Amino acid sequence: MKGFIYLVVGIFFGIVLFKSEAASWFRIYEMFQFDAFHMYGIIGSAWFLGMLFTLWAKKEGRTSFFGDAISIASKERSFWRYALGGVFFGLGWALVGACPGPMYTLLGAGFLPILLVILGALLGTFVYGVIKEKLPH
Amino acid sequence: MEYIMQPWPWYVSGPLIALTMAILVLLGKRFGMSSNLRTICSIAGAGKASDFFRFDWKSQQWNLIVALGVGIGGFIAANYLTVDETVLIHGQSLKKLQELGFSSAGTSYMPLEFFSNEAFYDPGTIAILLIGGFLVGFGARYAGGCTSGHAISGLSNLQLPSLIAVLGFFAGGLFMIHFLFPLLFS
Repeated sequence: MKGFIYLVVGIFFGIVLFKSEAASWFRIYEMFQFDAFHMYGIIGSAWFLGMLFTLWAKKEGRTSFFGDAISIASKERSFWRYALGGVFFGLGWALVGACPGPMYTLLGAGFLPILLVILGALLGTFVYGVIKEKLPH
Repeated sequence: MEYIMQPWPWYVSGPLIALTMAILVLLGKRFGMSSNLRTICSIAGAGKASDFFRFDWKSQQWNLIVALGVGIGGFIAANYLTVDETVLIHGQSLKKLQELGFSSAGTSYMPLEFFSNEAFYDPGTIAILLIGGFLVGFGARYAGGCTSGHAISGLSNLQLPSLIAVLGFFAGGLFMIHFLFPLLFS
């Protein structure tokens, strides 16, 4: 039953990613050219409403649909992993125009070469796991 | 229905993304799409190579189901909820892309130069897609999150690390588009 709920949430999110054109390579290019407000509007409004929700959800006594306490973890304090990891991610995001969510959307939408991007992303994740002790965090 | 078939404006899409995050939090989970890549590596046996992949991946099954749904959602949206999937980007961007040789700009959802099935026969395109994907996967795990985990969830929770990561995403993206694209595609 819970599995079905996650599937429905995923389907909903996949439709939003496709219909918002946030999964389109062209929209990512346009965003990095600062030529349109579209992507900034999407991320900005999601952030603003997300912030209001998060403030509400972090209040004492809020529970999930299943009655458990809601906990929203803080990110571990550090600088280099976020700055360097962020730059690597941004280089890839701009080149292939897809972050991890849209990769699955695009595969479903039938753009099969995205499989190469997903394969690359799995390799990148694997290499990070292997060399992480040698990287500055 | 007519409105659903058109591209959705930002003021509809952004709130619906926030709603996705809210539902996942209320289900006792998190909104983060790149974690799946680590889970898939673990299932494929990457635990033999690094401790990083030795975790209880079964506890992450929910997120794989979300990813499966995201794929099905893409299929439904592209096949049943869209009349014309052409992405009409701003004229300035269109002109810049055509100058770089992306003649499919303004005629499709994705650049056909990269995402038509001919890509599988072109070594240069294969390399670009693999390298781009590699950077996304490596960077997301190094930074501990991607657009959903940092730009939406982390910034919503006013996390300084997420702000650093998002500024990194933009620094990398701007460098790619403004300095590397002219070198790669001229």
